[in-house]
This record gives sequence, C-alpha cells and structure tokens, in this order.
Amino acid sequence: MTTTLERPPATDAASSASVSARRARTARRARPPRPAVVVALVFVAFLVALVALPGVFAAYDPYATDIGSSLRAPSAEHWFGTDRLGRDIWSRIVFGARFSVLIGLAAAAISVVVGTVVGIAAGLSGAFLIGRSGRVLDEGLTRSMDVISAFPAILLAMLVVTFTGPGVWNIALAIGIAGIPLYARVVRAQTFVVTRADYVAHAAVYGRSRWAVLREHVLPNALVAVPVLAAIDIGTSILAVSGLSFLGLGPQAPVPEWGVMLAESRDVLRVAWWAGVFPGLFITGSVIAFTTIGRWLQTRDDGSRS
Amino acid sequence: MTSAALDAHELAPQAAPAAQGAGPRRGAHPVLRRFATRVISGIVVLWAAATLAFWTLQLVPGSVVDILAGDLSDPVLRDALIAEWQLNLSAWDQYVAFLGRLATGDLGTSYVQRQPVLAVIGDQIGPTVILALTAGVLGVVGAVLLSTFSIGRKRAVRASLSTIELVFVSTPVFWSGILLLLVFSFGLGLFPVAGANGVQSLVLPAVALALPTAGLLSQVLREAMERTMLEPFIVTVRARGVREALVVWRHALVHALLPGMTVAGSLVGGLLGGAVITEQVFGRPGLGSVTLLAVTNKDVPVVLGVVLLAAAVYVVVSTALDILYTAVDPRLRGAR
Repeated sequence: MTTTLERPPATDAASSASVSARRARTARRARPPRPAVVVALVFVAFLVALVALPGVFAAYDPYATDIGSSLRAPSAEHWFGTDRLGRDIWSRIVFGARFSVLIGLAAAAISVVVGTVVGIAAGLSGAFLIGRSGRVLDEGLTRSMDVISAFPAILLAMLVVTFTGPGVWNIALAIGIAGIPLYARVVRAQTFVVTRADYVAHAAVYGRSRWAVLREHVLPNALVAVPVLAAIDIGTSILAVSGLSFLGLGPQAPVPEWGVMLAESRDVLRVAWWAGVFPGLFITGSVIAFTTIGRWLQTRDDGSRS
Repeated sequence: MTSAALDAHELAPQAAPAAQGAGPRRGAHPVLRRFATRVISGIVVLWAAATLAFWTLQLVPGSVVDILAGDLSDPVLRDALIAEWQLNLSAWDQYVAFLGRLATGDLGTSYVQRQPVLAVIGDQIGPTVILALTAGVLGVVGAVLLSTFSIGRKRAVRASLSTIELVFVSTPVFWSGILLLLVFSFGLGLFPVAGANGVQSLVLPAVALALPTAGLLSQVLREAMERTMLEPFIVTVRARGVREALVVWRHALVHALLPGMTVAGSLVGGLLGGAVITEQVFGRPGLGSVTLLAVTNKDVPVVLGVVLLAAAVYVVVSTALDILYTAVDPRLRGAR
C-alpha cells in the first residue's frame, strides 16, 4: 500500500488523472476507518456473538418467569431490570438478537437475491444477450418494480402477512419482497452501463464467448454496488422486522424479539421505563451500525464523497 | 385523476402546432406533454397495482372464496362472496369485473365487519390523514431547518447534524414514540398518554412520525445544497452582494428541491406505513387499528382496500409533485 503512494507521478498527462484517482482510492483504503466506523464494526461483531452464543452473555433463561421479582429496576443483579413477568430484560435482549437480527438478514437476503437477478435480467435484456425482444422484457421488469414500490413497504408486508399468517419466516418474506425494487434498479442501471463499456466490446472482439464475457467482465462490474446496498439494507430490514413484530405480526408473544418486547412494555411504561428503553436501544443501535458500515464501504469504493 | 387525464388529452393536441413552429422539439408543448405522460403513467401504475393485487389473490394457495372469507365459514357468506366477486366466472372475467368495480370506487365488502370496505375505511381515515399530514409538514419543515442550518458551518457542527439525521432515520417510530411518552407524558405530564382528543393528543404522535421524514429529507437536501454551493453561479450571486442567508435559502435550497423530490415517494410511503404503527403506540383510532384488525382476522378485502388506497395516494402525490416541479424548473421542460 505505502509503496504505491510513494511512486513518482506519471509523466503522461492523460494517464496521470486516472493514476492519481487510483492512488487516492488506494490512500482511502489504507487510511484507518473513522472512529464511528470502528464502533459500528465492534457493535456488529458483538451482535454476531450474541446470535452465535447467547448463553455466554445471558445470565438468566429468557423465558423463565419469576413473579416475585416483577418489574425490578436495573441493578447489579438485573442489568436492564425485569419485565412484568419478572423475566430478565438483558437476557431477553441477548436471545432476541437471534430473531431480530436473523430475520432482518433473511429479509435482506431475499431482496438481494431476487432484486439482483431481476436487475441483471432487465439490464442485459436491453443490450446484447437477448436482442430486440429484450427491450420488452426490460420495460416489463422495470415497470413491475415501479408498481411494487408504489406500495408502502409496511402495508405491502401487512398484505403478505394477511395471506400467509403471522410468523418468523412470513415477515422475512414480506419485507424481503418490499425491498426487491431497490436492488433491481441499481443493478439494472449498472449492468446497462457495463454492457456498453469499451472493455466488454474488446473482450467480445478478442473472441471470448458471450457467457465468458458475462462471467468475467459484466457480472463482477455490475455487482460492485450490491454489498454496499446490502449492508445498508440489513439495517432497514431490521427496522421493518421489529415494526411488524411490534404490531404482533411476527414472532408471537413469549418470544424475546425486540419489537415484541417493546409492544409488551407499552402496558407497563408508567412504572417501568427500562422495559421500553433498552430493547429499542438495540434496534436503533443495529440500524445505525449497519448503515454506518454500508456508507463506509461506499466511500471506500467511490471517491464522490470524502 | 380521470378528469385530469381527459384534460391532458384534450389540451395536448391543441398545443402541438405552436411548439412545432417554435423549436426543434416535436409534439406538444413540453410542459403539457410531460403533464400528459406523467398522468397517464400514473394511471398505468395504479392499474398495474390493482392487477398485481388481483392476481396475487388468485395465485395464493387455497380457493379465493376461502381466502376472502378469512376465518369465517358460513354457506350464506360463501354464496354472497361468489356473487360479489363473480367467482363462478372465468379468472379473466373476474379480473375485468374487479377492475370495473374499482373504477366505480367499489372496494368490495368486509364480511368480518359486515360493511362495504369503503365505509370501513371512510369511518376511520380522518384521524390518520390528520396525523400523516401534520407529521409530513413537521418533517419537511424540520428537514429544511436542519439542512439549511448546516450549510457553511464548521466541520464539527456538520458532523453532529449528520449524526442527528442518521439517528432520526434509524429510530423506529414505535421506539421514539415510547421515549416521547416516557419523557413528556409520564415524566412531565404535558401530553395525554392515549386517545385522539384535540390538538394535545396529536403532538407526540406527529413528532414521532415526523422524525424519520425529517432525517431522510434533510440528508438529501443537505447533500444537494453542499453540491450547489460549489457551483459558479453561487459565486456570481455572492458577488452581487446578496446576503449569505439569502444565498442559502433562495438559491441553494431551491436547487435542492429536485433531489428532495426523488425521495418524496418513499416519504409518503413512510408516513402512511408509519402512521399505522404510530397509532398503535399512542392508542389512536384510525386506519392503523382497522388495518391491523383486518390483517389478524384475515379480512382480505379491507387490507386490499387500504393497500390500494395507499398506492393511489403515492401515485397521486408523486405525479402531482413531478408535474408541479416541471412547471417550476425550466431545465426539465425538454425532458421526455
């Protein structure tokens, strides 16, 4: 990395611009991330630990009720206090990460996979693989995405849940569907640009097969934006999942999902602020962490924002 | 909507000769042309939304009668449903009949509530509209204030403002609602805890719902304004001796409105979807409880009605904003 930085500037005027741009990008990558990004990475690592090994972090059984210690304030014994049934809120948040984070991940995965496939299909159909009739396919897919995004995400998800009934995987599907158009649009636009790039034409001229051009040149360049979008979208999905769960459409009552915990806290807010504060802190924290990481990846990739 | 489309049809051909003589562009006057294409594409999106809803209903496993009846099972009800949705006809004829009913404003009947869907929605839509509108206005005002305040400030100020935006966007409305309740209702006793009686009960829900709107819009406006402030014409304006506040408000902000509009759609969607959740936090009557009740009772006609209505609002608002902006921004007049 450092050797690249110390290399003398290129003499050719035309190439020096691209060299300095590349060097700026290398410098950006070499630079240590901002403190906020470090905090976000640490928080996500912590969430992963909670999902993988909740037993290590939780001191109590998240389902064990103890009416004797109902609605205790935060203390050394119960860090985040207890809820109405005397369950330890910290332990419930720890075990709840499995629901909140994993359902959000599943929803984002559905959006990424379907959206990317639709985007590539639409982007390629207009260009060089399918030919003239491809324009119809492109138009059709793009318009369908417009239609899906005309429905507010939460309401679209509620419609899906009406058909499927409440449940963990059903809300992942519901939120995943609502997220498809975002990826489809970005990937389509990028595919569209890449298929018309000179290097793709060169590869074709050199006699590479269409499939090889697609695999070696088009796809890698068309999909660069996907990880960035995905990182930001995981946060958005966690937000939507907890919203549907708050409404009672996701995992059901004894489950310690964070949105469900907040819904339960609504009845005891007057006497137990801690029940309504800590689960929300984790939802918001996760969303901020994933968004921050996504934006960091974005600035690393393109130099448009410094 | 339909009458606007007719107007556009009538106006567009009349304006055509003038535009042909005036410039190289063919066809109608560019503003009217764009107006017509926008209205028509809005109608197409609405039609497609209704079509999508209808065929989803057909594709979901299980007979349509069972889906529409939800958890109710009664032979009389089944007969009524078959008659209303014309389920004895072919799927295509059902679809045409469905579109025909929608066009006349008939959203079907809720057999759970034993009322037409339109009446169910009409009874409860008032408080939701008031909440969403108030929150929308609050959000836009907040976003404009946040973003204009950040222009030309020190790096630290800008960084903390963008952190505030990120927190606003990332906080679920039900949690900000709970926090507001904790501080202002239970703590300070300033606002009622639940219900929809008067302005007092509107404040906290509207603020909770406005926060994500303000955060999202402010991010977009601020970025666009920062870009505009680097443009040469800003130097010209400053050279004329225009006050810096005026430079920001009259020039930078106006140029940021177009990027701001690109998120208008998701803002409308966020306000409508968010209103449903906010109403649950604050125990407000409205479309939220109607929809939630309908989802848990599998009252498909009501949920379909609400979702189609929301899509219609989205289409109307984004079309209207787009047309409005074309009329204001001369750069867009040649586009499409």
